[in-house]
Amino acid sequence: MADHILKVQALKKSYGGVQAVFDVSFDLKEGDFLGIIGPNGSGKSTLVNLITGFVKPDSGSVFYMGKDITGKRPYKIANLGIARTFQMAKAFHELPAFKNVIIPLFSPRVRKSRGGQYGERDDVAIDLLEEVGFERDSAVPFKTAGNLPHGYLKRLELARCMALRPDLIIMDELFSGMSMAEVAGTLPVIEKLKVEGATLIMIEHRLKELFRVANRVIVLNYGQKIADGPPGEVMETEAVKKAYLGSEE
Amino acid sequence: MPRSHKEDKGSKYRKERLDRGIKARSDSIFALSSYREALYLVFPRAVIIIGLLILPLVLDEYWTKVLVITCVIAILSLSWDFIALSGMLSLGQALFFGVGSYLAGALNHYWGVSPLFSIPLATIVGGALCTILILPVLRLRGIYFAMVTFVLPLIIISIIEMSGVLGGVEGLSALSPIPNLWVTAYFIIFALLAFFFGFRRLMDTDYGLVLKGIRDNDQAVMSGGINIYWYKAQALFIGGAAGAFVGAFMTHHYRFVGLPAFSMDYTILPIACTVVGGTGTFAGAMLGTFILMPLTEFLRAIGSWRVVFYSFLMVIFIIAVPEGIFHFLQRKYHQFERWVKTE
Repeated sequence: MADHILKVQALKKSYGGVQAVFDVSFDLKEGDFLGIIGPNGSGKSTLVNLITGFVKPDSGSVFYMGKDITGKRPYKIANLGIARTFQMAKAFHELPAFKNVIIPLFSPRVRKSRGGQYGERDDVAIDLLEEVGFERDSAVPFKTAGNLPHGYLKRLELARCMALRPDLIIMDELFSGMSMAEVAGTLPVIEKLKVEGATLIMIEHRLKELFRVANRVIVLNYGQKIADGPPGEVMETEAVKKAYLGSEE
Repeated sequence: MPRSHKEDKGSKYRKERLDRGIKARSDSIFALSSYREALYLVFPRAVIIIGLLILPLVLDEYWTKVLVITCVIAILSLSWDFIALSGMLSLGQALFFGVGSYLAGALNHYWGVSPLFSIPLATIVGGALCTILILPVLRLRGIYFAMVTFVLPLIIISIIEMSGVLGGVEGLSALSPIPNLWVTAYFIIFALLAFFFGFRRLMDTDYGLVLKGIRDNDQAVMSGGINIYWYKAQALFIGGAAGAFVGAFMTHHYRFVGLPAFSMDYTILPIACTVVGGTGTFAGAMLGTFILMPLTEFLRAIGSWRVVFYSFLMVIFIIAVPEGIFHFLQRKYHQFERWVKTE
């Protein structure tokens, strides 16, 4: 049971005639860092939506810590400890940045687990923002989220995830649209989460950064899993080369 | 230099807006360091409280009655604004009002419950009943949600008309009154103040934050582990109870309840008032109601032209201050404006 934190079995989802995700299965051990890559439209985001309950699968199942979570509502899955970021940053644009982080702090999961080390929500929120690189003593954490630059919004997504104190974090193209400096500043945050024992899944187009942290990579193409293994090996596979570079005929 | 820029044609000026020093960092955080600054914050709130408390003393009987109706519509506006802030576009104010009215009327007519108990009972039960009626469509959003809340009162009207229950088309009359106009006026004024400051306080808590989050981005709230439907239902109950409360109050004020309790006026007027005053602040909803409602009374003098004139005025308000009158005033109060040279 406990050796697999996440077990995905034969997930299928189609939109109209298009198979967005077709027969994808994989297991994830606790402490793993899984990268999911693939060309645009290969079903990566749909896979995340299927796991986190935002989309219901046509068939197949998802087990989390031995528990069937297939098709459960997103807030229930989040309360079990699976946090996710969205590809398109979904901030609360009318609220100040630190108030954005307070909303997950208000969830049943966090309220139940609040021990001595988790203080006033405002303070915890600002601590979390500082962790992802918001300058604490500046005006940035207090700015309305709608006025923040894109890089900050993406990191705000990560802070919202971290507020849930999740066991599994799924990051959907967290680095897209971030500057090199912002990526360099965010990578240590992610590495720290890994050291602290979280299991991570990362969808990414920036392969160089991804391969620095991931210890396993799954490649999707047209909704199907075409490769699975350590980053170095996977990129040498014939099918992956074909998917990324096109066939040579 | 506010004026001289017009004479000085050689260079361009633009208006610069600066927050007053008292506004520290964020919208809702203030740094108080003197009595003057405390007064700056207290003044607008004091105007509302003292103004409302004095009004029944200076108005004659007719205008006191207008004040009572204005307060009733103001509470309906607050309720609409609250539900809108929680991410639901409701056209159901007439439903809340009507359900509250009929509950209080029935309690009083069939069981002889005095207004002292029928009003609170109708408030709680009315809020719960409206929430249950709307519960099946809680998943709908925007205009689809609005349409269902709009249709519900019409359905209830037809049911009462055809089945003849609850007095049918004649309604229930000769109900227990509220003692006198003084009690009536001060009762509804205190209720209005309680709802106004209560709603504002509630929206400032972390609970209110979740409601605002649902309006802003419901998927992000769900990914934060929060059951948005549970929170939406709670918000509906609170808003519905406020509407049912004024319905019950009006039943005893008029000593009558009938089909007009589900009239569309109770849906349209609060929305018009809130839009003119400014949405999302509660103060805007109050201000809009206290401008439009007395205005309609003044316009009674010109007979049927009233509607034309009234609509015309509303269009002017909406074009001139699209953000709402309150947002405009708030900006003027919190910020300096000055002309600065750009070239």
